[in-house]
Amino acid sequence: MATLTYAEAGKQALAEEMRRDPLVWAVGEDLGRGGVFGQYKGMVEEFGPLRISDAPISEAAILGSAVGAAMTGTRPVVEMRFADFALCAVDELINQAAKARYMFGGQTKVPLVVREPMGMWRSSAAQHSQSLEGWYTHIPGLVVVCPSTPADNKGLLKTAIRSDDPVVYFEHKNIWGLEGEVPDGDVTIPFGVARTAREGRDITIVSWSATVHAATKAAETLAGDGIEAEVIDLRTLWPWDREAVFASVAKTGRLIVAHEAVQVGGFGAEVAATVGEHCFKMLKAPVRRLGSPRVPIAYAPPLEDMLRITPDKIADAARALVKS
Amino acid sequence: MAGAATQKSTSSRGKSTAARSTRSTKKSTSSEPSVEQLVDYYRDMLVIRRFEEKAGQLYGMGLIGGFCHLYIGQEAVVVGMQAAIGEGDTVVTSYRDHGHMLATGMEARGVMAELTGRIGGYSRGKGGSMHMFSREKNFFGGHGIVGAQVPIGTGLAFNHRYRGSDRVSLTYMGDGAVNQGQVYESFNMAALWKLPVIFIIENNKYGMGTSVTRAAAGPSLAERGHAYGIPGEEIDGMSVTAVKAAGDKAVAYCRAGKGPYILEMKTYRYRGHSMSDPAKYRSKEEVNKMRQEHDPIDSLRRVLIERKVDEETLKKVDREVKDLVTDAADFAQQSPEPDVAELWTDILVEA
Repeated sequence: MATLTYAEAGKQALAEEMRRDPLVWAVGEDLGRGGVFGQYKGMVEEFGPLRISDAPISEAAILGSAVGAAMTGTRPVVEMRFADFALCAVDELINQAAKARYMFGGQTKVPLVVREPMGMWRSSAAQHSQSLEGWYTHIPGLVVVCPSTPADNKGLLKTAIRSDDPVVYFEHKNIWGLEGEVPDGDVTIPFGVARTAREGRDITIVSWSATVHAATKAAETLAGDGIEAEVIDLRTLWPWDREAVFASVAKTGRLIVAHEAVQVGGFGAEVAATVGEHCFKMLKAPVRRLGSPRVPIAYAPPLEDMLRITPDKIADAARALVKS
Repeated sequence: MAGAATQKSTSSRGKSTAARSTRSTKKSTSSEPSVEQLVDYYRDMLVIRRFEEKAGQLYGMGLIGGFCHLYIGQEAVVVGMQAAIGEGDTVVTSYRDHGHMLATGMEARGVMAELTGRIGGYSRGKGGSMHMFSREKNFFGGHGIVGAQVPIGTGLAFNHRYRGSDRVSLTYMGDGAVNQGQVYESFNMAALWKLPVIFIIENNKYGMGTSVTRAAAGPSLAERGHAYGIPGEEIDGMSVTAVKAAGDKAVAYCRAGKGPYILEMKTYRYRGHSMSDPAKYRSKEEVNKMRQEHDPIDSLRRVLIERKVDEETLKKVDREVKDLVTDAADFAQQSPEPDVAELWTDILVEA
């Protein structure tokens, strides 16, 4: 075990995979300078400029050429810098990468990881703050990953690099510096297995990415009021661990799904609807979703803060559900 | 899915394809083509012509659905370029792709059966006319979004460089694609990284119903890489020997590590954009003039006669091609439709 930040854990995962497999390489803007958030620091020195490729600001060509390189058996890790910028390459990701294996009848695979730093980060405004993970769950052929801790960022990124299907990998910008214990060596985390961040009997809070930490703080506050909340970190949104959620709801009878993305059409709606379909008779209260209102992310801190899913908002919602 | 059906489909695209292979086995050479090689080009172009005519018939009979974009008129481009490359070089294109598949050596049976949506098709009936792929023949699709194959072809070239090989990527696009943004991102990246990619612009004069003169600014599509220092040439795409000569030059340039190359092939499609296009945006006279005066197959046939190839030899080729296409059409109608279980394969379905 070592104590690493979320960013360092991701770097360690990529470096270990690149040492293990010479066909793993990374491409993106500024990678030769260590990446805009320092997640690639020192890597070009170890692996050289062919494997840590500095690309022009051309997201469509970066992602599209990575699709071609992946079809030939290499394993590109594509850095998009911001999830917002990756929208310039949506055709390449959705029409090409996601479809190729299926529409060619299994004649090819696209082992590609697209790293998309997501989420609100103080005053980054409307075009550098979005959480778009729910969109990609709608696209058959894509795997969607949203790690919340340094250990998960290492274990899930390693699994993503070994995946034969394209993976959209969302790292939250607000927790790059978050420290945690990370297992040494070749430890991978399978897709579709949720993590119970905290156990509890009264209410289930399902979340992912940075919002897991808000949920955990809310649970600590609730414990002071005698409410024991169970926090489930989905880790991966496709595939997602329905069984873990159903089992927890069977125990608690109450569910909140909390995420930073806009609530309307967010992945919380999918979780809520699925629980409604499968666990209706177990529920003691209506399922509650917590997400951002449907407005672009504002710049000024007081406005931006209105959009955040805070521990207080989660705790208030939980109290209301337990009382009802 | 029934095991027999699977086996049948596998064998139709398996490795023992020599017997039905559509493409003559010839080695690329940078010298003037011999008479024997010219006969090969004639055969290869004729296979595409007859295949596409048959596909048009099957479409008319309702056996092929959706979009079906025929390559008739443009055969010299893909046959000439294929003659300029060798083992391990890669090919990618968009959706007017049957000619490219046949030219790379993919089987007529598997291609036609994909058009009819059968299990014996290259994509087991899941892709259709626009989406086929063959790792064995280094054909990387078969893509339906105008211009999107261009960064993919750039990535194929990156792979050649990554693995330290001297192989090249042939990346085809139409005149409609050259006004798409990702094409220019790809030009820049390919030139910046000196990637071995030949961007082949098949200028057949029309992007669906839009003539190139109404869509593209600038004097020449061959010059579209000028800003990135990519050399470009306009080539008579109705002449297989002109295409082959241009291909040889471009391939040598790329193999030498000098970076990308652009070839604008001046060509013409005789049929509509797709089978559902009556092509009312151009006159019958225009089409007839091209067919009568510039047809790539007729022109080569005349050259062969001049070079003392006897009519009987050519008639024999004609018969062989006809038989191959008839066999493909029979197979494409006899091959079973995919089992519904195929809907759930080749995808991460479960959550």
